[in-house]
Amino acid sequence: MQFISSSIGRKILMAVTGQAMVLFAIIHLLGNSSIFGWLNGGINAYAEHLHSMPLPIIIGFRLVLLAMVCVHIWFGIQLTLENRGGRPSDYAVKFTQKASFASENMIWTGTLLGLFLLYHLAHFTFQVISPETAALKNLVPLHDAMVPNVLGMVVAGFKNILVTLIYSGAMVALFLHLSHGIQSFFQTMGWSCDKSQPLLVKFGSLVALVLFLGYVTIPLTIIAGILKG
Amino acid sequence: MSDHKTMTLTLIVWRQKNATVPGKFETYTAKNITSHHSFLEMLDCVNEDLIAAGKEPIVFDHDCREGICGMCSQVINGAPHGGQDRTTVCQLHMRKFKDGDTIYIEPWRARAFPIIKDLIVDRAALDTIIQAGGYTSCHTGGVPDGNAILIPKPIAEEATDAAECIGCGACVAGCPNGAAMLFTSAKVSQLALLPQGRAEAATRVKNMTAAMSQCGFGNCTNHYECMAACPKGINVKFIARMNREFIKAQFA
Repeated sequence: MQFISSSIGRKILMAVTGQAMVLFAIIHLLGNSSIFGWLNGGINAYAEHLHSMPLPIIIGFRLVLLAMVCVHIWFGIQLTLENRGGRPSDYAVKFTQKASFASENMIWTGTLLGLFLLYHLAHFTFQVISPETAALKNLVPLHDAMVPNVLGMVVAGFKNILVTLIYSGAMVALFLHLSHGIQSFFQTMGWSCDKSQPLLVKFGSLVALVLFLGYVTIPLTIIAGILKG
Repeated sequence: MSDHKTMTLTLIVWRQKNATVPGKFETYTAKNITSHHSFLEMLDCVNEDLIAAGKEPIVFDHDCREGICGMCSQVINGAPHGGQDRTTVCQLHMRKFKDGDTIYIEPWRARAFPIIKDLIVDRAALDTIIQAGGYTSCHTGGVPDGNAILIPKPIAEEATDAAECIGCGACVAGCPNGAAMLFTSAKVSQLALLPQGRAEAATRVKNMTAAMSQCGFGNCTNHYECMAACPKGINVKFIARMNREFIKAQFA
């Protein structure tokens, strides 16, 4: 218990849970990219594949993700409050040499991502935002079976400019959060030295950029009419 | 040459009677300053004028004035030690400023460093961290003969790099969280790298980081402002090393 009350212990918990979510974001994007048709049956087949897994695996996976999110949010808020107290008053002149907009606003980009996560789950997982296009209620044929029309739901959702803006804005927050978070993980775990540290900063930003571009491509190609339902 | 030209500067200086009374900025004019004055000599000139006028001089910490003791501690225009690479305030020279400049001078600001007066803060919290484990207590005998304990040169050099820390507290002052991670990691690494310090490495890292939190320092969020502020160029690789030592210590 000493570990989770210590400064470095909590930093490690933030890093590990954050990195686990980065790995999820990478896998999630790879799965979503099936919408561009590289998988036979597209995203409907991918969704069906996920949902046909044994229920304990699905529930277990979701519980682990939920635990990661909760730990990350809990310690994120706790550490931010402590750190605000570490320097009770600011300097008259603000001067930073290494800190970036991303590193200084982790709590806010994180808050935006948390709110987006709720919206995203309500939209595509629980499908309560626009029930008329809900995939679970609109079944389409796939390989001699009827499956939920995920493609139709996603395309209908992103045809709405407001929805596309919400998703794209959230992905900007994701880019900022990860451009600091990924390199931070390596530093916190101690997997960094003077030569690798500047490279890890660049590597982290690159991964964040790839995820950003990958994710926004889906709503942008839909609203531009390139990707159709 | 600008040798005989003098500068006139506007100083906006933090004045505070003691830790309990709120402080405020006061404006002063520094006259007849040459480019050869060090920053502290410039303040000496201002203080001479203040004393001649019967006013209270600006109180600031200083000792060696050659950049090795770690006493001088001023935040100049928002940058600890003035923001010149690997330079303490005493080694910062007025050639870095122009005639007519306005300069903000503030003390280190961190919860763990209460202000004693004006620009002087109490940095005893750094001593508390050292007392928690910044030493070796095993018997190492007298001074060993040269090369009696073999240490590979890269290791010896890295330990010396960490040992360059002069404990001035600029890392804390520069950190937006008021964290003392760079200071603590330099001390932890310096000892953990060498055979004499290795024996107690696990208990040391636990005790020193615990003392760090108890003293009211914030937590590290990897901004790396500490490294930019450090007048000795201590690298954040030592923070990574301390994190490694901390993880290892959980299994020790």
